[in-house]
Amino acid sequence: MAYTLGIDIGSTTVKVVLLRDREPIFEKYERHYSAVREKTDEILTEAAPLLDGAPFSVAISGSAGLGLATEANLPFVQEVYATSRVVETLEPDASCVIELGGEDAKIIFFDGGIDERMNGSCAGGTGAFIDQMATLLDVDADELDRLSLEAKRIYPIASRCGVFAKTDIQPLLNQGASKSDIALSIYKAVVNQTIAGLAQGKKIRGRVLFLGGPLYYCKGLRKCFADTLGLSEENAVFPSYARYSVATGAAIYAETTEGTVTMRELLSRIRTAKAVQTTELLQPLFSGAEEYGHFRARHQQNAVARENIENYTGNAYLGIDCGSTTTKLALISDDKKLLYTYYASNRGDPVEIVREQITEIYKKCGDRVKIIGSAVTGYGEELIKNAFNIDFGIVETIAHFTAAKFFMPEVNFILDIGGQDIKCFRIKNGAIDSIMLNEACSSGCGSFLETFAKSLGCSIEDFATRGLFAKKPVNLGSRCTVFMNSSVKQAQKDGATLEDISAGLSISVVKNALYKVIRVASADELGKNVVVQGGTFYNDAVLRAFEKELGTNVVRPDIAGLMGAFGAALYSMRASESGIISPEALASFSHTARATVCKGCTNNCSLTINTFADGRKFISGNRCEKGAGIKTSGEKLPNLHAFKRELLAQFGDFIGTRKDTVGLPLSLGMFELLPLWHTFFREMGFGITVSKMSTRRTYEKGQFSIPSDTACYPAKLMHGHIAELLENKVDAIFYPCLTYNVDEHLGDNHYNCPVVAYYSELLNGNVEELADIKFLYPYLNINDQKELANELYTFLSERFENIKKRDVSRAVKAAFGAYDAFEQAVRAEGERAVKYARDNGKPIMILAGRPYHIDSEIGHGIDALANSLGFAVVSEDSVYHLAKMRPVGVLNQWTYHSRLYGASFFATENDDVQLVQLVSFGCGVDAITTDEVRAILENDGKLYTQIKIDEIAGLGAVKIRLRSLIGAIEDKK
Amino acid sequence: MTEKNYVPFTKEMISEYTILAPNMLPIHFNIVLQFMRDRGYTVDLLTEDGPEVAETGLKYVHNDTCYPAILVIGQFMRAIESGKYDPHKVALVYFQTGGGCRASNYIFLLRKALKKAGYDYVPVISISFDGLEKHPGFKIDIPTWYKLLYGIMYADLIMALSEQVKPYEKRKGEAAELADKLSLEVAAHMKGGVGGKRAEKMMRDIVKRFAAIEQDRSVKKPRVGIVGEIYVKFSPLGNNNLGGFLVENGAEVVLPGLMNFMLYCVYNKVEDYELYHRGNWFFYQAVKIAYKVLLSKQKSIAALIEESGIFRAAEPFDEVVDIAEKCIGRGCKMGEGWLLPAEMLSLAEHGTPNIVCTQPFGCLPNHICGKGMMKPIKEHYPNANIIAVDYDASASRVNQENRIKLMLANAKVEEVR
Repeated sequence: MAYTLGIDIGSTTVKVVLLRDREPIFEKYERHYSAVREKTDEILTEAAPLLDGAPFSVAISGSAGLGLATEANLPFVQEVYATSRVVETLEPDASCVIELGGEDAKIIFFDGGIDERMNGSCAGGTGAFIDQMATLLDVDADELDRLSLEAKRIYPIASRCGVFAKTDIQPLLNQGASKSDIALSIYKAVVNQTIAGLAQGKKIRGRVLFLGGPLYYCKGLRKCFADTLGLSEENAVFPSYARYSVATGAAIYAETTEGTVTMRELLSRIRTAKAVQTTELLQPLFSGAEEYGHFRARHQQNAVARENIENYTGNAYLGIDCGSTTTKLALISDDKKLLYTYYASNRGDPVEIVREQITEIYKKCGDRVKIIGSAVTGYGEELIKNAFNIDFGIVETIAHFTAAKFFMPEVNFILDIGGQDIKCFRIKNGAIDSIMLNEACSSGCGSFLETFAKSLGCSIEDFATRGLFAKKPVNLGSRCTVFMNSSVKQAQKDGATLEDISAGLSISVVKNALYKVIRVASADELGKNVVVQGGTFYNDAVLRAFEKELGTNVVRPDIAGLMGAFGAALYSMRASESGIISPEALASFSHTARATVCKGCTNNCSLTINTFADGRKFISGNRCEKGAGIKTSGEKLPNLHAFKRELLAQFGDFIGTRKDTVGLPLSLGMFELLPLWHTFFREMGFGITVSKMSTRRTYEKGQFSIPSDTACYPAKLMHGHIAELLENKVDAIFYPCLTYNVDEHLGDNHYNCPVVAYYSELLNGNVEELADIKFLYPYLNINDQKELANELYTFLSERFENIKKRDVSRAVKAAFGAYDAFEQAVRAEGERAVKYARDNGKPIMILAGRPYHIDSEIGHGIDALANSLGFAVVSEDSVYHLAKMRPVGVLNQWTYHSRLYGASFFATENDDVQLVQLVSFGCGVDAITTDEVRAILENDGKLYTQIKIDEIAGLGAVKIRLRSLIGAIEDKK
Repeated sequence: MTEKNYVPFTKEMISEYTILAPNMLPIHFNIVLQFMRDRGYTVDLLTEDGPEVAETGLKYVHNDTCYPAILVIGQFMRAIESGKYDPHKVALVYFQTGGGCRASNYIFLLRKALKKAGYDYVPVISISFDGLEKHPGFKIDIPTWYKLLYGIMYADLIMALSEQVKPYEKRKGEAAELADKLSLEVAAHMKGGVGGKRAEKMMRDIVKRFAAIEQDRSVKKPRVGIVGEIYVKFSPLGNNNLGGFLVENGAEVVLPGLMNFMLYCVYNKVEDYELYHRGNWFFYQAVKIAYKVLLSKQKSIAALIEESGIFRAAEPFDEVVDIAEKCIGRGCKMGEGWLLPAEMLSLAEHGTPNIVCTQPFGCLPNHICGKGMMKPIKEHYPNANIIAVDYDASASRVNQENRIKLMLANAKVEEVR
């Protein structure tokens, strides 16, 4: 009898399989909560009696197993490799394997040579992602699965990484979307991520095997995979050993290794193996209890006075902060004493929580206390305001500033780290001078700590306390939370304790805020009077890490987590009578939410219609007034994004005199050059098909052929446009390689970015169907009409019949005429918009980015949102010519970016003009432009606002940003 | 336009200032810097590694900037603040390519960082083929370029041979020691002039001395090519000592030399004229000649290597140029551009199907030229075993190594088959 043992140690679980003559006699799957060695030891000890001292061969696998294998000098087999072996042995007719683990996703293709793929470093979160999302919905993973099976609709949720998805889910929750619909949407996001991130152009077909823990446990996820891939029942295989595939593979691999061990030997080797330390260690937060004592005492001074509500008689003011993950309430007296507070997770239903709380407050108030002012702030502001007739809805920045001033009148810097947001405001001359909010990519800081604590099996309070006296905090980096996940994995492998990880995470959160969001180089930049707040700062470890990193003491109010609500309450003191829902109305209050899709325009916003007991309705999720069912005032504010879309729509499909039809993908650089190429091919007599403006569906249509999951969303959408043109049976598709863009003499050069310039090369290599048509992507120089005509003539005459040099020259001339006319029209409309705004006293917003940001799927309708907030919206390419170009501090060598700098100068030259920069996630060039545009604006005392956009569909965060901008402008006046 | 008010490196500074250079390729930079010292400059190579480098970089540059910029700027800032130098008596030198990739902005990011830290008086010298800026005290004329190129050829040779010996040497570390020693010898040797029979003799001697290292070649080890963005491809600081990791795990590293990149830059100038009609005719003729000269030198060194009977020479560059056509146009010239897939194709064609393609996280050209070319390369070479690895200030080493291990697991199977 031959025994072989396979141990698979992943990021979250340990799996052990013992085979006797390849038959499993022992299988175990358990979470290790980062105690890798202990858990392995425990499971092996449990298996020992079965072996009764017999020798066996062994192999270890898994991401956390690598370290242990090296240290204990045991054979290691890479987990994907192990899976391949087990599938080849057990399921020889499988054509593809999809395996989801705790934090890894893998696809193995067996058709046409083995091709194994793992998720890249940005695709963090599969099993762990599902866990995180379940936590967000306040259910466990089983419940999430059950919920998903009852779903009626799917919301688009960003699938790139967990942090993005959270940004999408949070507003849905706050708007009252049903948990079951969200559950299925989460699964759909996982499926999309796996396909887009890993299949990379290769079709998943034939007999597909689904492996790994999450796919074993989540029935809804399995169904979702099978449905999306269109697999028949016999071709979607979910084997019983799904959880143990890697461990089994390791056990099979063990046969090929040299030497055997007994269980006693194995255990002793694991126990005595010396842990190799590769994780970097940091200084402890506190030297000991004494230092911590001083620290506590110092911070306890920043306390607000309390008064017992049971004894108080008089007026009161209510502040509500309906945040992304928590709901906070504060009731204060006439002399600003706290009467009542509430702070808790909103459990996905903030309306219900606020109802409970107001009821509770009324009960406590009796007839003695009268609420004469109320205000609400935060993500759920509008919903709560409507539901309970709150007097004021105020933007978060104003609420927080109001509260911070209470504790430190001369405050000059406020940092707020909440569940999902980091907000920083710099205060100058008593007004908000600049606002920095975390980009979607690094959000989730507070909730990240909490989710992590839970995944390690302890409460956030306990987790934080244990970090305080960590001896050797681990350095986990300062990037996005997904990276931190991976770093934690590594630290665990290196034997870091829960204490060390807790302290390390606190330090990471702080560094992330300081260097990524605020972008400081030294503490001096923050000024002397710093107030820190937000629920995350209750965590003494985070507070201490912050003070240590800055090298200065800061003020943390004892109500750090209630500052929004407290500030709202203070704000509402300007009222003398409140219209807040009466106790009677509250008693019969009820609320239902229904999801639907707005048909008002092509944005197709996902709407949630909230209906209250008295029949009132509140609609959320809309970008413009139309969706909210509000009749517009008839005044249509200028919107250059909409104008350009309409202008481009004139270059539509065309029936030519030739038999061939050329497809033009309306994507990336085509947003700039469509008038040019459309006119050229029309003049040449070709038929033309132009792909439609993108929708979410466009992305899904093309996601199967995307090779790089970290490319920007505009690039990914290109795949959908190509797919659409192919569906339309075009004979050719044209998207040229343009190293150089048009030269507008604004910079030192006039490049395109590499993605815009060469995306066709990638398409040619990854979209198989392009081989069936003529894919035209010549390298062209568009700055010399004569040369261009020559090149196009040579290129086209090799591919089409009857191309005449004279016709090409004439067509090129016409093409440039059309392009110039287009550009002129855009600039003229820009001038008209500016004039209109001035004549009508409207503020102007330059919604600046790239030409392709006008695409409604890329820009997510932010232009309409800005209009609805009262701005006349112009684009960077419609106003850059109105300012004098000045030198900039970086190499100014890309056409699109030169316009951006020009537009920034225009903003600095005019008081009524604000610039908001749209930045696509993953845009490398914008890492350079954003700092420069910020510098240009701030040098002239202007506010800089940046909006990072990706697949994210929810506009809640964007709205807060734009409203903060309005608030800050008004404040400045 | 870009701000042109930069601090120039003046002639007077030559004798007083210490020039700091970041380390990308230890052997190459040692030779080249020695050569600068011979011309009267005081030069220090920055070799600091460890987590503080990236952390300092993150403080001074936008965190989404490419990893090489974060590391290099981190290294510079730490050196300036170390107290080892008088900040008023240092200058920084950095090698960069121009072009549409954001890497052409490194110098400006570095200046911004200096400004942020209050060192805006420190001169920054960029060395580039595009001759982006003028510094009276730092000029590179044609004979100097020629000498520099020789230095690179020597260094490429030493690097290639040492990688071929490392996995087989009986005494661990011997090849690396010899490489260090030779880089000093070469620098001294070049004082007496470059080129001609003298150079040929020196090169032959280098081959002989590597061949003389005691080696056990009884078990063939899988060859693994490293390609990618130039900094993370070469710099151990940038790629977590990828080369060392591969050798430890039983592989032989094949590292296409810096000369390929030089030839690529020169070739692009030719292509720029022919394809985009940029530059003048005389310049065009000059670079065409330069290209031919470099190519013939590369070929003669290759012949020397093959003579040994033990070592393999890399494929000549004109073959690399031709093979690119299998999947990409040579007009694609930002970053490593077409060279990247061309090197992968060339490696796969010549018995090195195992490849690590390295890039900084979010590298723009590599979306197209790296990850975007995997599929077509595998179509041409079904046995190609390529893994793309992203490097980043916070990317986890476990993740990277686990993926490389997967590639290695399959590489070993290739050898058995």
